[in-house]
Amino acid sequence: MSRYIPNTYVQQKEMLEEMGFKDINELFDDVPGDIRFKGRLELPAAMSEIELVKHMQWVASQNKNLDEYICFLGAGAYDHYVPAVIKSLLSRQEFYTAYTPYQPEISQGTLQAIFEYQTMICELTGMDVANASMYDGATALAEAITMACRVTGRNQVIIPRTLHPESRQVVKTYAKFNDITVQEVGFEDGQTDFEGLYRMVSEGTAAVAVQNPNFFGVIEDIRQAAEIAHGKGALLIAYVDPISLGILKSPGELGADIVVGEGQSLGGALSFGGPYLGFFAARKDFLRKMPGRIAGQTWDSSGRRGFVLTVQTREQHIRREKATSNICSNQALNALAATIYLAAMGPEGLKKVGEHCIEKSHYAYEKLLETGRFSCCFKASFFKEFVLRSAVPIEKLNGKLLEDKIIGGYDLGASYPELAGTWLVAVTEKRTREEIDMFVRKARAI
Amino acid sequence: MREEKLIFEMGTKGRTAYSLPDLDVPRKGVENLIASEYLRETAPALPEVSEPEVVRHFTRLSQKNHGVDSGFYPLGSCTMKYNPKVNEYVSDISGFARVHPYQHEGTVQGCLRLMYEMDKMLSEITGMARVSLQPAAGAHGEMTGLMIIRAYHEHRGQKHRKKIIVPDSAHGTNPASAAMVGFEVVEVKSDEKGNVDIEELKSVAGEDTAGLMLTNPNTLGLFETNITKIADIIHSAGGLLYYDGANANAILGISRPGDMGFDVVHLNLHKTFSAPHGGGGPGAGPVGVKKELVPFLPVPVVELKDESYYLDYDRPLSIGKVKSFYGNFGVIAKAYAYILSMGQEGLKKASQTAVLNANYLMKKLKEYFHLPYDRTCKHEFVISAQRQKEKGVSALDIAKRLLDFGVHPPTIYFPLIVREAMMIEPTETETKEALNEFIEIMREIAEEAETEPEKVKGAPYSTVVGRLDEARAARNLVLRWKKEDK
Amino acid sequence: MNMEKGLKYSKDHEWVRVEGNVAYVGITNYAQLALGDIVFVELPEVGKLLKSGDVLGVVESVKAASDIYTPVSGKVVKVNEGLAGAPEEINRQPYESWIAAIELSDASELENLMDEEQYGRFCVKEG
Repeated sequence: MSRYIPNTYVQQKEMLEEMGFKDINELFDDVPGDIRFKGRLELPAAMSEIELVKHMQWVASQNKNLDEYICFLGAGAYDHYVPAVIKSLLSRQEFYTAYTPYQPEISQGTLQAIFEYQTMICELTGMDVANASMYDGATALAEAITMACRVTGRNQVIIPRTLHPESRQVVKTYAKFNDITVQEVGFEDGQTDFEGLYRMVSEGTAAVAVQNPNFFGVIEDIRQAAEIAHGKGALLIAYVDPISLGILKSPGELGADIVVGEGQSLGGALSFGGPYLGFFAARKDFLRKMPGRIAGQTWDSSGRRGFVLTVQTREQHIRREKATSNICSNQALNALAATIYLAAMGPEGLKKVGEHCIEKSHYAYEKLLETGRFSCCFKASFFKEFVLRSAVPIEKLNGKLLEDKIIGGYDLGASYPELAGTWLVAVTEKRTREEIDMFVRKARAI
Repeated sequence: MREEKLIFEMGTKGRTAYSLPDLDVPRKGVENLIASEYLRETAPALPEVSEPEVVRHFTRLSQKNHGVDSGFYPLGSCTMKYNPKVNEYVSDISGFARVHPYQHEGTVQGCLRLMYEMDKMLSEITGMARVSLQPAAGAHGEMTGLMIIRAYHEHRGQKHRKKIIVPDSAHGTNPASAAMVGFEVVEVKSDEKGNVDIEELKSVAGEDTAGLMLTNPNTLGLFETNITKIADIIHSAGGLLYYDGANANAILGISRPGDMGFDVVHLNLHKTFSAPHGGGGPGAGPVGVKKELVPFLPVPVVELKDESYYLDYDRPLSIGKVKSFYGNFGVIAKAYAYILSMGQEGLKKASQTAVLNANYLMKKLKEYFHLPYDRTCKHEFVISAQRQKEKGVSALDIAKRLLDFGVHPPTIYFPLIVREAMMIEPTETETKEALNEFIEIMREIAEEAETEPEKVKGAPYSTVVGRLDEARAARNLVLRWKKEDK
Repeated sequence: MNMEKGLKYSKDHEWVRVEGNVAYVGITNYAQLALGDIVFVELPEVGKLLKSGDVLGVVESVKAASDIYTPVSGKVVKVNEGLAGAPEEINRQPYESWIAAIELSDASELENLMDEEQYGRFCVKEG
């Protein structure tokens, strides 16, 4: 018997007898014989815990991990510091073994944490309302776009090519099944081509979505993007890295209508791409068109404050095919990690992380340029990532660095043919001067 | 337990819980590196608290939650089985948790291998040809599966197939997912035995049918005995069959969706395969398909060539990407560890035991509660509080009274076709003693409903808050804390 | 069943009060009881042209959302803004809480509606 199935054979027999059955198979008499599975599933035999742990450690050892390698790779997933309190608190079973808060009286922990999370997301983004989170940044963006189409009654969206290529792909998938046309606008010096954008925006445009800092790490002019969009009655969606918002102006201040983004940088593990955190916030006029769970404050009959899921008539369990989205959960544990992270960092800590990212990435940028092996690609300001043109093919560069236990930058040629031979390098607050110097030294030697 | 303040109402100016080294590169000054128009003038109003305060606050919040480890959690349709601790441990090994998704393929062979093997194992379990691990949740899997169905029809020049048939007992995500993929939803009724009404199905299936979405066992916990007939009707109309894996915990090793006639399947790794629910997520909703639908799966797919694994993006008919990167890898790793722990016999045993436990509870509880569909159930069943309702006690009241006994209530008011529904799913990880205790509690509440209905209607009494005023929450929306509220 | 005399009723549980060529539309007591605590009302835009049977607005309780269909065709000339801040008025006084006023484009449509007696019987049949 498996260690996770407590009832013994004897007990099961007793239970069956009490019900008037002889054999457990009688419980499956309603499964027609021709569709009953008769063979044995071709799966490995059960492993003991010792065997399992050994096996998993072996599989894991086939990967190079960032405890052993120094990471200068970003491109949408970042090696930021994760304070120890996060893992410790997330390991509390009451958080991670509970399900979604259907019964508010015994889910106040989850609900209050969501309420605090919503508040923090509003503070960072400058928006009025935030939901309890979405699957990841890309799906949050896709949902923002379908929402913008519902709000405006239009079905075209414009996305600059400076926005993450994978997120654009996800948007295109959602769009194609919703009769939404996605137009792309190019870039100039690493920033959205605003003249091109201005020409492209029309009365049919539902939204313009701009990433900031964009995929190249460059800081975009959100205010100008918002003005261009609003000029034709379109909405401006900002797709932002929340870790930058301790130091950069909130998109709300700059005129954004919906703000979404990837929240992995807020206390999330890299974990080979997931689970991550999509956050979603908007101006209050759009509340009833928003997807996802939302927690609100209320009271019980004795006047005690509590939290419940609210504005639920938007959701699938009530509206079915007319719902604002099919999502019926959130990334609760990742949202909790972000909440704990932001609580631990506070306004000062978050600002400091931003400063360190900016200072250290600029230090690395200049040191790499000084080697003479790299040349400048864009002149625009950047936050924690930058692009350099390399004399050596990127694949060779990264391959050699790997031998020195360094994970190099992202090969932009893979997603932008015109940028073949350019390298997107990320420097977070975790990188020390020593690591950066070694990285530069090794890169020069190739 | 006293009220826990919001974290914003705690602490004091200048307190922090972060620990960062001094800047070790020559400081240039942020204002010299970035134009001032981009820089924030007012800091976000984040909490200013110390580390001990952060830890106490979130520990206290956790104490206001009920988890699977706290006690019985028979929440129907959610499969709240025990979440093995070793899975948490192994998924957190640096070789998994500290791996960047864009690392060179040669440096992530372990992750790719795990995904490749998971694809194979889930294909075997469901009777499908290939499985994509990309969808992040059950509803996301539904959306992905329906996109595949639509892409398949369109590829065959059958653009006019715009209708998805959904039973009236279906979960709300089914119609909502269909709408997100641009389908129209057609509802079919259930018959008196709780099965899909075959005659009605025949009348709605036709040239415009794209497919049918079904859970089997259905949301009443009953096996669709006509499943092969249903499959024939849909297939001969030219449609495809979609298996909503919400209830897969009843059928592992017993009957495979692929053998039942389904063409597309999603599984919930956080239900059937023991990954924790996380308070609402993250989950994972892999989608499996039959051979002819494989070309439409999301990109990338993990392939094996010359003993090395790689990500295959060269799939021209693919629907594209539905999520960044490759799926919720951390969740997938936990489910992978679970399958290896259980082995093929263990999985079958899990389903058999889940079904046994559900039937045992159903048999005992029907003495005290109305059982609308009295036949052998699968892993869950639906009883009704309509008998208690005569005394004014509703399913909601019973649910709230259960809280006083330290039990998480069943799913209530679902499926919609049963009045005062209570959907109970014990799972295989409960002991006979726990089941008996639950029966005793339910008997006691049924008795209270007879003798002191007001007591049940006023419940709960022992929770940190009483019944919360949801109407007030919805009328006067307070969706965030504000500084001036301090 | 609490009803009001002189009003016209639809099978979707809306009531209509005619003043001149303007029809005030609200939801009946039966409808508000079925919905429970009403927490939100979505009002139409003034000036909107509607055909009978079109969606006029939405009333929401905590657990349900219900479309309101206009039983008469015409132009929306006024909406009851007061309901935006106090949707519970519909629970309190369903027959005072009109949702929108519609300038009738086809007064003959009123003949298809029920009087209070017919509506009372209709509600009994609905259960």
